[in-house]
Amino acid sequence: MSYKALAAVLVVLLLLTVVTVAVSYVNLGFFNVPVALGVACLKVTLVLLFFMHLKYEGPIIVFSFIGTVTFLIIMIGFTFWDVAFR
Amino acid sequence: MHRESDQVGIKIGMWLFLYSEIILFGGLFVLYAAYFFEHPQSFVAGGKELNRIIGALNTIVLLVSSFTVAASITAIRQDNGKRAQQLLLFSLLCGVVFLVNKYFEWGTKIGHGIYPNSETLVNGEPGLNIFFGLYYVITGLHGLHVIIGMILLTVSLFFIRSGRVSTSRYAMLDNAGLYWHLVDLIWIFVFPLFYLVL
Repeated sequence: MSYKALAAVLVVLLLLTVVTVAVSYVNLGFFNVPVALGVACLKVTLVLLFFMHLKYEGPIIVFSFIGTVTFLIIMIGFTFWDVAFR
Repeated sequence: MHRESDQVGIKIGMWLFLYSEIILFGGLFVLYAAYFFEHPQSFVAGGKELNRIIGALNTIVLLVSSFTVAASITAIRQDNGKRAQQLLLFSLLCGVVFLVNKYFEWGTKIGHGIYPNSETLVNGEPGLNIFFGLYYVITGLHGLHVIIGMILLTVSLFFIRSGRVSTSRYAMLDNAGLYWHLVDLIWIFVFPLFYLVL
């Protein structure tokens, strides 16, 4: 990746950081947590795709990564399911 | 031909290790989520105790350092070892700034009597005790990762200097970079979870 493309990703990441801090000062009630985590997911996706070159990797790394994330979602989802409806 | 497949293997090995790291921190985040559900008020109160500005500053420092590490890989690909070294040096500086910030942050908290097994926490609200327990475990483990990442970047820096990492063979730098980005990834989630709870 060129320096310019990397710098563009950095600028977007910094802007998202500013957005998430600014939003945290506004009380959105229930929506504060989803917004904060949504922005975090967006930032993580950018870092993975461009800084970690996941966009340019072969199928083995891409699919094993998706597998890991799926496992993480099952772990978080099912645990929270149990806690919330106990 | 052989070297080509070897490079891919090295990278897959690194990613497998990163998956185990993701699950490790994922487990701690599940713990956070479950306790947040049980003590939402205490977690909000605890989050207000933490300095949002220092947290945001550390986020920016790590993001910038992630960028310079990614740029150093671009530099080594373009056979510009000197620039790669400068970029790595700057990344290391960012790591030091991050740790110094963390030191002052922890220092202030400990000065206010907020540390694991302190009188204030043990005799206070149980939710707050859990919040700061998780805060020290997760940020402490993350800080350890920052230190390990800095060691890996330093080794890469010396390998570039000695010529062991070069434009035709830079798997070490690539993997050290991946580790550093992972440290950044984890912080991206730690920051809203601890500093931005409302």
